[in-house]
Amino acid sequence: MRAILAVLTVVAVLIGFWYAAAVPMNIKGVLVEAERAGAVVTPDNGAERRAMSPWALILPNSFAIPATWAQDRPRLPAPHQVAVELWETTVEKKITSKRSLVFHGWVTLSATLLGFAIGTGLGILLAVGIVHSRVMDMSVMPWAIVSQTIPIIALAPMIIVVLYSIGVQGILPKAVISAYLSFFPVVVGMVKGLRSPDAMQLDLLRTYNASRAQTFWKLRLPASMPYLFASLKIGIAASLVGAIVGELPTGAVSGLGARLLAGSYYGQTVQIWSALFAAALLAAALVALVGLIQRMTLARMGMTA
Amino acid sequence: MGLIALALVLWAFGWWLNVRLAGSAGAGTQAVKLAVPVIFGATILIVWELVVRGLEVPLVILPAPSVIAVRFADSTAILWADFMQTFVKGALSGYVIGCAAALLVAVLVDRSEFLRLGLLPVGNFMAALPIVGTAPILVMWFGFDWESKAAVVVVMVFFPMLVNTVAGLRETTAIQRDLMQTYAAGYWQSFFKLRLPAAMPFIFNGLKIATTLALIGAIIAEFFGSPTVGMGFRISTSVGQLALDMVWAEIVVAALAGTVFYGAVALIERWVTFWHPSQRR
Repeated sequence: MRAILAVLTVVAVLIGFWYAAAVPMNIKGVLVEAERAGAVVTPDNGAERRAMSPWALILPNSFAIPATWAQDRPRLPAPHQVAVELWETTVEKKITSKRSLVFHGWVTLSATLLGFAIGTGLGILLAVGIVHSRVMDMSVMPWAIVSQTIPIIALAPMIIVVLYSIGVQGILPKAVISAYLSFFPVVVGMVKGLRSPDAMQLDLLRTYNASRAQTFWKLRLPASMPYLFASLKIGIAASLVGAIVGELPTGAVSGLGARLLAGSYYGQTVQIWSALFAAALLAAALVALVGLIQRMTLARMGMTA
Repeated sequence: MGLIALALVLWAFGWWLNVRLAGSAGAGTQAVKLAVPVIFGATILIVWELVVRGLEVPLVILPAPSVIAVRFADSTAILWADFMQTFVKGALSGYVIGCAAALLVAVLVDRSEFLRLGLLPVGNFMAALPIVGTAPILVMWFGFDWESKAAVVVVMVFFPMLVNTVAGLRETTAIQRDLMQTYAAGYWQSFFKLRLPAAMPFIFNGLKIATTLALIGAIIAEFFGSPTVGMGFRISTSVGQLALDMVWAEIVVAALAGTVFYGAVALIERWVTFWHPSQRR
């Protein structure tokens, strides 16, 4: 109860800061508009105003403060503007419309999920190989760890162009980037998980004369589940970032990344912010979904935490 | 076809060599542990070279390693300028500012139970979000030059660092804190002598995560507008010109920078937290 109160307080304070910050961020643009509309602005010289600090402009022009929260193309849109835009582009538009965030969100989400499935599947396979083969462990694992320190995103534009030049386009190139980003966290986590049974447990299975396959299915795989889900949470967030970044370098026309890019070209700040919030909500929902599956799986296995 | 066959043979030979090394009596020694991944990496490079030459893969799809190496050697001046712009100016300054700010906020959060209860879930939530998406906004606010890239990096590294540091500052046990109390140690004394050292493994975990994020943030922010220099700028324009050898040269630079950056932080970690069990060899 106290935790909820604390979180709500922090969020309320953040929103308060946001409204307060919108005033100095937007005041210069508002004053230009107000002057054009015929209002009396205190330093009535535009050049003089540009040289002044925005803070000094607020007090003598206090009439303009409400307008800083209602500008058409603000430098920093007010929270309610973003909320209204989100509402209009999700609920009030048909989901097939090119202006609907549900449509763009689905384009990104489908690439994310496809890439996540591919990356997770390959990652688990590689981890199984690494755990069972000493050579693979010694030769592949160091590179898997090094690859974590490489900004893999740098590959994204190239992957898209290369796949385009051999005739593959649409969802697959983005999914490849997503898969790449979710692949390595899953490998590293899964290897750790498959190795987590201690020597006593492994010895017990040996006294049962269990085969390697039996040890794998009955001990190693169940024991790895907490580690796997921890990596899956990282992996699905990384997949979404991959899908969004995959939309940037090609100038794609649909998807949340495309909305960000188009918004930055045309100075549509409200559009950028609403796409950003849509991406954030999507990421939160995906992580929460993985968390839910984790709780259900672990509960079925009798490992309720 | 001869080159392809040669590639297959070489691959088989490299694998056989590694199998022998891994199964040999000296498999636990430092030399073998180093040799096996090196052989694996070298085989991949050679096979890549031979396959690209053997199948005559066009340059726009995949350049051979030798072509990339030549391009790298030819354009060290450009690569160095891009490195300075993106890594030193953008990523590194953003990394320092972001991590320092997160440390200060973490100390504040740590002093107030209410703030910790409220800010930590929000911070955890923010750490999982696609924060790179803020890049267009920050480029709009701070201009095209490196300041906007540093700003993106600050936002990206702040939350993982904050969450880790706050978790680390709570790492001491009640007995240790009680001991400090019996010594009549003030808040800052017990902070600097007990809690900050105990938090170091967590702080360095955050610092290591942040190294990769910093480079990613700086590169992606350049996709949204940049001066005509920088790794992200070079990658996106070279892709447009189908100069894939240049793209790969930049990727090599990014890989080297990322690995060295991470390695440097890991070395400092070993030096600072030598007492921690994970550092025992």
